[in-house]
Amino acid sequence: MLDDFFARAVLAGAGVALVAGPLGCFIVWRRLAYFGDTLSHAALLGVALAFLFEVNVTLAVFAVSACVSLALILMQRRATLSSDALLGLLAHSALALGLVVLGFMTWVRMDLMGLLFGDILAVSKMDIAVIWLGGALVLAILAAIWRPLFAATVNREVAEAEGMNPDRANLVFMLLMAAVIAISMKIVGVLLITAMLIIPAAAARRFASGPEQMALLAAGIGAVSVVGGLFGSLNWDTPAGPSIVVAALALFVLSILPALPRRPVKGDGS
Amino acid sequence: MPNTESTLLTLNNAGVLRAGRWLVRGVTMKVDVGEIVTLIGPNGSGKSTTAKMALGLLRPDEGGAAQRAGLRISYVPQKLAVDWTLPLTVRRFMFLTGGVTKDSAAKALAATGMSHLIDAEVRTLSGGEFQRVMLARAMARRPDLLVLDEPVQGVDFTGEIAIYDLIKQIRDELNCGVLLISHDLHVVMAATDRVVCLNGHVCCSGTPTTVASSPEYKALFGARAASALAVYEHHHDHTHLADGRVMHADGTITDDHGDHGHDHGHSHDHSNRAEAPAPRRDEELHDA
Repeated sequence: MLDDFFARAVLAGAGVALVAGPLGCFIVWRRLAYFGDTLSHAALLGVALAFLFEVNVTLAVFAVSACVSLALILMQRRATLSSDALLGLLAHSALALGLVVLGFMTWVRMDLMGLLFGDILAVSKMDIAVIWLGGALVLAILAAIWRPLFAATVNREVAEAEGMNPDRANLVFMLLMAAVIAISMKIVGVLLITAMLIIPAAAARRFASGPEQMALLAAGIGAVSVVGGLFGSLNWDTPAGPSIVVAALALFVLSILPALPRRPVKGDGS
Repeated sequence: MPNTESTLLTLNNAGVLRAGRWLVRGVTMKVDVGEIVTLIGPNGSGKSTTAKMALGLLRPDEGGAAQRAGLRISYVPQKLAVDWTLPLTVRRFMFLTGGVTKDSAAKALAATGMSHLIDAEVRTLSGGEFQRVMLARAMARRPDLLVLDEPVQGVDFTGEIAIYDLIKQIRDELNCGVLLISHDLHVVMAATDRVVCLNGHVCCSGTPTTVASSPEYKALFGARAASALAVYEHHHDHTHLADGRVMHADGTITDDHGDHGHDHGHSHDHSNRAEAPAPRRDEELHDA
């Protein structure tokens, strides 16, 4: 089955979606959409550096994204610039640096389109292994920091006053984000990663009565988007990565249609 | 340092400096087991800053803050906005941080009269309901110390009294210390053991009655605010201006803490001995 490029694409895409959904919930809850964008812009610098030093692209992208996250934390502590200005500064500086570094390497001919929009139909078995193993690790760590991270999302001061460590949870969360960017870049491309984080989570909100439930729903909606988008792409010969995002968008639009039953009033205690 | 087992936390001449300005300075106070301590003061007087030092959220830039080892705190913040994107029921909210069991959550919700709303979304609650739910969550943790920042904001007068009764009830049941922040001394009176009146520094402290009748309190809140308990008219000799400076009886204005050189470190009795009969007076009085 893995010899079929389409089956490989579905597996890879679904793996990414299952991880992006729960993380995306935190992106939505904490209003970090632009942070996701920043990390994905920085991914280009990671790719350029990977070519320059001939190292693994996924690792290089993770390293650069992690550095950008740390730089953001440090600058937020010191600088007087607002967070969105800092994010813009980091995002576009990293992007520009990446393009300049690539410009120096005249011997590298890079598929820029594949980088920007992903190349899900070309994933290898190795890519799938990286996505599923890396994804499982990310989800395991997320589960471990879930309680302090969620408490800090609701109210940082309550979490800290009541003995949790929101700073550590935030730091770990940012590293997880960097990891997700790195493993999903090949699937939807740097331009559309943020969409895979945000749109399934946003679509899940309407039907969720608890945060944990919303995370699971977001993962499911993301996986459905991947399958739907890939079939659409096959049928109508449209680009795969953008088709996945369009499928997610369609599910989101469905979720906000007024005709649908509202979220159940009774919680399930999750 | 907390001097006995029964002392939950102490602030010792603590102050916080931000951008060259002291938000609050020279705060000395303590909270004991089973004691309700109320911080009062006008807006911008450093109440929340003081509470954050007590909670360990802010490190004092001067002086010290200490909690008893292993102190279990519950905190009810002044504002807690739950975004629409965040699906959060009362039930889930009860388990936000650690130390809550199903049993203690159910008991606390029953005690606050909120059991019927356990499946409601937090953001759909009214101001009064949400305050009660926050109290229930704080209570369910069975804390050693309960810190409440303006717990009656957005609550009408009868609701206000009910909430203060509830706080007293929680203290009686758990025998925890309570640090309460309020801008209104009137209603907290009945339950409070000790009042610390802040205006950038400790203006006065003592039992509610002594503080309410003290000139410093009247100077801060006006004679009318204190009239319910005022025992005598007092011609106060200095006024705290809105920007924190002090206008003296002769009309001169001094910077509250910068320029007129009084020393917070000197050895007169500070507010951590609550049972003193008279309110401690403002240092400016010595200078004036």
